Amino acid sequence: MKKSLLALAALAAVSASAYDINGAGASFPAPLYFDWAYSFQKATGNRVNYQSIGSGGGIKQISARVVDFGASDKPLKPRKLDKKGLYQFPAVIGSIVAAYNIPGIGDMKLKLENKDLAAIFMGKIKFWDDKAIAEDNPNLKLPHKKIIVCHRADGSGTTFNFSYYLSHASSDWANNIGIGKALDWPVGLGGKGNEGVSSLIKQNPYSIGYVEYAYKLKNKFSAAVLKTKSGKWVSPTEDNFKAAAKHAKWTAKKHFYQILALQPGDDSYPIVAATFILLPREAKAKDKEVTKFFDYAFKNGDETAKKLGYIPLPKETKDMIRAYWKSNGIF
Amino acid sequence: MDKFLDSLFLNTSRIFAITVLVVLVALFIVLFKEAKPAIDAFGLQFLTNTRWAPNMDIFGGYPAIYGSIVSTAIAMLIATPIAIGIAIFLSELASPLVAAIVGMAVELLAAIPSIIYGMWGLFYLAPILKDIWGGSGLGLATAGVVLSIMIIPFMAAITRDAMKTTPDILKESAYGMGATRWEVLKDVVIPYVKSGIIGSIILALGRAIGETMAVTFVMGNAHKVPHSLFEAATSIPVTLANEFTEADTDLYYSSLFYLALILLVISFTVIAIAKFLFLKRVQEKKI
Repeated sequence: MKKSLLALAALAAVSASAYDINGAGASFPAPLYFDWAYSFQKATGNRVNYQSIGSGGGIKQISARVVDFGASDKPLKPRKLDKKGLYQFPAVIGSIVAAYNIPGIGDMKLKLENKDLAAIFMGKIKFWDDKAIAEDNPNLKLPHKKIIVCHRADGSGTTFNFSYYLSHASSDWANNIGIGKALDWPVGLGGKGNEGVSSLIKQNPYSIGYVEYAYKLKNKFSAAVLKTKSGKWVSPTEDNFKAAAKHAKWTAKKHFYQILALQPGDDSYPIVAATFILLPREAKAKDKEVTKFFDYAFKNGDETAKKLGYIPLPKETKDMIRAYWKSNGIF
Repeated sequence: MDKFLDSLFLNTSRIFAITVLVVLVALFIVLFKEAKPAIDAFGLQFLTNTRWAPNMDIFGGYPAIYGSIVSTAIAMLIATPIAIGIAIFLSELASPLVAAIVGMAVELLAAIPSIIYGMWGLFYLAPILKDIWGGSGLGLATAGVVLSIMIIPFMAAITRDAMKTTPDILKESAYGMGATRWEVLKDVVIPYVKSGIIGSIILALGRAIGETMAVTFVMGNAHKVPHSLFEAATSIPVTLANEFTEADTDLYYSSLFYLALILLVISFTVIAIAKFLFLKRVQEKKI
């Protein structure tokens, strides 16, 4: 009895000094933020509530100052940040894979030129044994089956990053489809969220779709080998994602505005993307509490990030972010 | 004192009733206000434009409107005869024990949340239909089938209850005059409950056209007017459910409200037509 009272008192003491942070936004990093929040609370007693409502919702809510921090898969341009009065920094990196379901063709066996991938998603390459694909895969027996394209039905940062990459890989794509979180898809089936696209790929033999790497791991999908910016074949592996992340030239001056697709380097996987955190400029005291959380996550959260299929930020980037916080008086 | 209570009761219930009207009007106003930028930008062409390219700020509502109407029509075509059949069996033909058991099952089915029909449709029905129809198994036809399964119990339960209201004395007199079961059904029961049946069809139609979760899973979610019923398509509620969270330009946001407004107008028109034309005709005949 006495013991439990003591424990209660201790709990009360902790919660008196502990604080709550509310965040909302991108669904892609949500599993990781939940995990980080959980261990942060265990370590410090402070609670982080994160609502996974999508990047657009996150930007809207932080612009209206409904939450303490917003999260977005699509970075805001410095000018927009100034207009809305926001700070911005990356939290973690993710990568997007072209996952396919072709019976008999295993993981990382299929090679696809970046422009051919664009042609597939535009419906211009219709069959798996098309000459353009066969050329790059002389050792594979490609079936004469119609390609079922699977894409996101909801607006998403994943689509933004994927279409950014395709736009830079294919002028045909850039001119006709363009870049965006939701597109006018010429062909294919739409699924809601990464889960929706995953289940479409799983259910439809001879399909291809784009999902975050974490969902490839979870569903044991086969993913295509793509080409680097310099034209070398590159497999969707963690080392190659990291190589791309290293090449990113972040600058605090631009509030880390940077899109990571098609980075230079012979082993840089072409579709890598960071996900960002937005903080209100006027709420310095609250921002300090939020940066404390991310500082904790940067220090202790790399292992969980890797386990869940994300790529932790390189150490230099983390230091640069801390310096950015300090110079703005929010750390 | 009694008079005071009376008037208090009258006014309270009046306020409650008026609230309904206020909510309806407020809903219209809000939808219209939010949709205004899109209405100004696209006008009525929104209804016929087939291109939906959010990243270029081009919005056309035709594929979604088409999908809503066609999937609902398929659902009604499948569901109406089956539901009426169930209702006839339960109210007129089945033994009391069977009627009680099956009746209970129908009511339980009617209470299943629609998202469960959607998940079932995606994971179990779509693969089966894919083998039969080819393609991906997702599209207007699949959506129509899932919707019909969703509304059948609902329609059947209402129609059965309506049929039960046929006074026994009417049926007995018909039987007494030597009418067969079929004749009693055709000439006594169905004419008597016609308005109930039509009412159930209207309610089911309203449910089907606004249904979101059951069809999001099986529609295929493509902003295209499909070449066949077995290709991926979309509908208004599905578009709204998928795209609201990430609608980040003003025109995008407003276009989604425009779609919502159109949906409201469609369901309104359907119900109004049904109510004023059909029910009136039915009532006139009865007199």
